[in-house]
Amino acid sequence: MFTATPHILRKQRTERLAHAMFAGMALSIVVPLVCIIAFLVVKAWPSLSLAFLIEPPRNMQTEGGIWPALIGTIYLVVVALFAAAPVGVLAAVYLNEYATDNWFTRLVNLAVINLAGVPSIVHALFGLGAFVLAAGLGQSVIAASLTLAVMTLPVVIASTREALVAVPRSFREACWNVGATRWQTIRAVVLPNAISGILTGVILQVSRTAGETAPILFTGAVMYKAVEKGDLLPYRLTESCMALATHLYNLATQINGAPESLQFATATVLLGAVLLVNSTAIALRVYLRSRKKW
Amino acid sequence: MSDQAVSYSIETRDLDLWYGEFQALKRISLQIKGGIITSLIGPSGCGKTTLLRCFNRINERYGYVTTKGEIDILGQNIYAPGVSLIELRKSVGMVFQRPNPLPISVYENLVFGLRIHGERSSLRRSLLDDAVESALAEVGLWDDLKDRLDARATELQLEQQQKLCIARLLPLKPQVILMDEPCSALDIEGTRAIEELMFALKERYTIVIVTHNMSQARRASDECIFMLLGEVVEHDRTEQLFLVPRNPKTADYIEGRYG
Ligand SMILES: Nc1ncnc2c1ncn2[C@@H]1O[C@H](COP(=O)(O)OP(=O)(O)O)[C@@H](O)[C@H]1O
Ligand SMILES: [Mg+2]
Repeated sequence: MFTATPHILRKQRTERLAHAMFAGMALSIVVPLVCIIAFLVVKAWPSLSLAFLIEPPRNMQTEGGIWPALIGTIYLVVVALFAAAPVGVLAAVYLNEYATDNWFTRLVNLAVINLAGVPSIVHALFGLGAFVLAAGLGQSVIAASLTLAVMTLPVVIASTREALVAVPRSFREACWNVGATRWQTIRAVVLPNAISGILTGVILQVSRTAGETAPILFTGAVMYKAVEKGDLLPYRLTESCMALATHLYNLATQINGAPESLQFATATVLLGAVLLVNSTAIALRVYLRSRKKW
Repeated sequence: MSDQAVSYSIETRDLDLWYGEFQALKRISLQIKGGIITSLIGPSGCGKTTLLRCFNRINERYGYVTTKGEIDILGQNIYAPGVSLIELRKSVGMVFQRPNPLPISVYENLVFGLRIHGERSSLRRSLLDDAVESALAEVGLWDDLKDRLDARATELQLEQQQKLCIARLLPLKPQVILMDEPCSALDIEGTRAIEELMFALKERYTIVIVTHNMSQARRASDECIFMLLGEVVEHDRTEQLFLVPRNPKTADYIEGRYG
């Protein structure tokens, strides 16, 4: 009784095979990340140090650190964050809380989807035309940041909508049925419960633009700026700046005589910065979520 | 407002409603009296929730809805141009299938309505405190919760949550309380408690309750409306409808042949 027939044994074998195959695919997502990081760190090791982070480059950028590029990238991302967050969040609130299905909503949705599909080099040209030239901002932090902000808007909107959708419908119903307007509902119930998700989502999405090269290359990032070691306020918004991604590009293609480890150290810092912001935002989100009890 | 119209709390005439292309309500003409409990029964998807949501025009917040026909609440046509949806919704409160207190304190849940409608200056603490006490007392929760007003409402027992959801309507002085399967998430004890509460409230409010549970409709309501596929099949005194249904479809439903 209850012994397996050959047919059942065959099914069990297939099951084990399927299990192993799916697990293998899942693992194969982790492998490249680990390999990239290991590869970078090993190659970068000779140049990595605290001094590398906070010192300016020296000797035609073949020695020294990357401080001007690091602080420049922070500038670009922070300004882009302040530009993208209000527009993206308000648009997402509109789309999620107010919009009914009409031609205007469809148009906006279509625009968001298409904006997400625009290649970054096209964003770069748009930024050059719109912010640098037409708006007269010149090659500057603000022009580059606005370009990044436009580029990141679709994902900011998407992640904000996700956070809004996660607030249970029943909370809104509770408000509506005591006569709250939509805005009162949003302020009293939707935003307080979505804000942690919105903020972490927005930070996460905007910080990913730290790695973009083309959009800032045309609009605000330059090859070299003289900056004091550890200077926290080296750039004005109307000035051009250095940035990690373009610095890396320059080290790899433009600057002769720098040791190889310098490029890899720059890449490591860039990746490390993005991973750091990402994991902080994710940890923050997990923490804030765990405190919510619905 | 003519005197004659006022004798019904809710009156609809030839009410049609579409969700997009789909017609969810068909020629609904009803007269629901105040001071009694009216139950709304019918198989799932027949439009009970939709009909309830018409009574405070909250349907308009759910996707795109087209409505035709007339609804009078307390003799006032709620589609008349001057009608304020805010005032309407203060007068016609709704209780849901799953208790849905807001994730804030018991106290804040109860004064939520007052806060969103009152001028800030008029909301003295003593006034809010009184409102909380009388609302909780009216639903029989004051003794249980008077020391836990700061507790998160979402952490109460389900039965208490549902009573709280009824209580939070009361500071707004509603005339009509709509209940959409208010007991379906509760156990037997909770169901009995809510039914007793309905009996206690029915003289002061017009109560309409949607229920899936036919014995509940029988126990707890004075009049009963049977709906099928978006139409009202029969509306009668509850014992009449269950003992001698006039329509064969009603008979089939209450005998459990479909549903
Ligand atoms: N927001 C909505 N959009 C589109 N169709 C809906 C919506 N709400 C309900 N319906 C449809 O209307 C019909 C009646 O639904 P409902 O009033 O919820 O029925 P009941 O409460 O009797 O189960 C169902 O066929 C349902 O699919
Ligand atoms: Mg329903």
